[in-house]
Amino acid sequence: MRPLRIVVAKAGLDGHDRGAKVIARALRDAGMEVIYTGLFQTPEQIVQTAIQEDADGIGLSILSGAHMTLFPLVLEQLKAQGAQDVVFFGGGTIPPDDAVALKKMGVRAIFTPGAPLQEIVDFVKAECGKERSLLSN
Amino acid sequence: MSERQAIDTLVNEFRAGAPRALARAITLCESGRGAAVVAALYDRAGEATTIGITGPPGVGKSTLCSGLVRTARGIGKRVGVISIDPSSPFSNGALLGDRIRLAEHFTDPGVFIRSMASRGHLGGLAGATADAALLMDAFGLDVIIIETVGAGQSEVEIASLAQTVIVALQPGSGDSVQVLKAGILEIADVFVVNKADHPMANQLRREIRSMLQIMEYRGWIPEIATTQALSGEGIGELWAAIERHAAYLNESGEIERRRRDRFLHQVRAIAAGRIRELVERSVGGEAIGNGDPYAAAARALKGLGIEE
Repeated sequence: MRPLRIVVAKAGLDGHDRGAKVIARALRDAGMEVIYTGLFQTPEQIVQTAIQEDADGIGLSILSGAHMTLFPLVLEQLKAQGAQDVVFFGGGTIPPDDAVALKKMGVRAIFTPGAPLQEIVDFVKAECGKERSLLSN
Repeated sequence: MSERQAIDTLVNEFRAGAPRALARAITLCESGRGAAVVAALYDRAGEATTIGITGPPGVGKSTLCSGLVRTARGIGKRVGVISIDPSSPFSNGALLGDRIRLAEHFTDPGVFIRSMASRGHLGGLAGATADAALLMDAFGLDVIIIETVGAGQSEVEIASLAQTVIVALQPGSGDSVQVLKAGILEIADVFVVNKADHPMANQLRREIRSMLQIMEYRGWIPEIATTQALSGEGIGELWAAIERHAAYLNESGEIERRRRDRFLHQVRAIAAGRIRELVERSVGGEAIGNGDPYAAAARALKGLGIEE
């Protein structure tokens, strides 16, 4: 089995990357290849990264309150690039109602503060990569 | 869809210029399943200039790389970047963070960046780096920059892959030149003294120059460029040195030798990889207590028909 490749991203005007780094490290320790984009990325930059890196998933961390803007923009970009098979999930300080709304739009999971790392690792292992073509396993 | 059909589709998308097809073809090669894709696309490769950047961790390889991408884009070249970081020997996972320095190029359609984890491969590269470079070449990228893992002394495989090797060093890192006399210092076509605003930058230049004086070079004598990668200072000078080296390779005919070396290096790596797999399988059945290790190895090789 090849290792899963996951892009961990920070978008917009949000300098709080502690959470993203903790997640990146947890995924790495679970045997995955984690591509970290760095801070202040645009949705376009994030999706281009996922395409070039042939990522199985994108995890977006937002602690700025702009989640209802940035998550949909990433979804839009994924659609525009025909890359909906990339599993898109995220986390941050996101109120429950917003999380429900985001999931309805197509964000596959939202993890909020206090979510156990194992739960996130299990989600990524179970969901990422399974919809890809037979050439990618 | 059969695997054959899936590969045909992928190759067609690749030929049509879809970045996703290039990305996926590299993934296939990383998984050791790239033979059919490479066979279909090999004829398209052979035009690109390959530049290797190596040097110790934290010297500024990624930032230099970003500066070179900017320069190459400025003269209309399409650029591929392969950036290698180590895999964890414990979890096999990896944190690939070289992209952070390249963010300004993410949405430029003339730039394709791929991070690779070394996956246990030694020598400073990933096992599939040569394949990735070949595929980027076949995709029509003009310049391919390969950034090695943070290298110590013996990560010299880049010399077998790149036409021009840049070894980046930073001032104030002790008696670095003395320590590194063998190994990566021997493969440099161009030295870069990065972080040139450091008070000891001139001393490092002097150390490199005096080392070059006692080495024996036939043909090309390595140049020394001084840069401040973060501000972009000196990148133009570095690019000019790379171009002079490329001109030297062409005029002297050395380019043909390097191409041949690269080809044979890749052939050896592929063949040795296959043999390693076979040996792995053949040795698997050996138990302890059944003679010495040489005898067991001889049995394994005999089983493979390699030794009588």
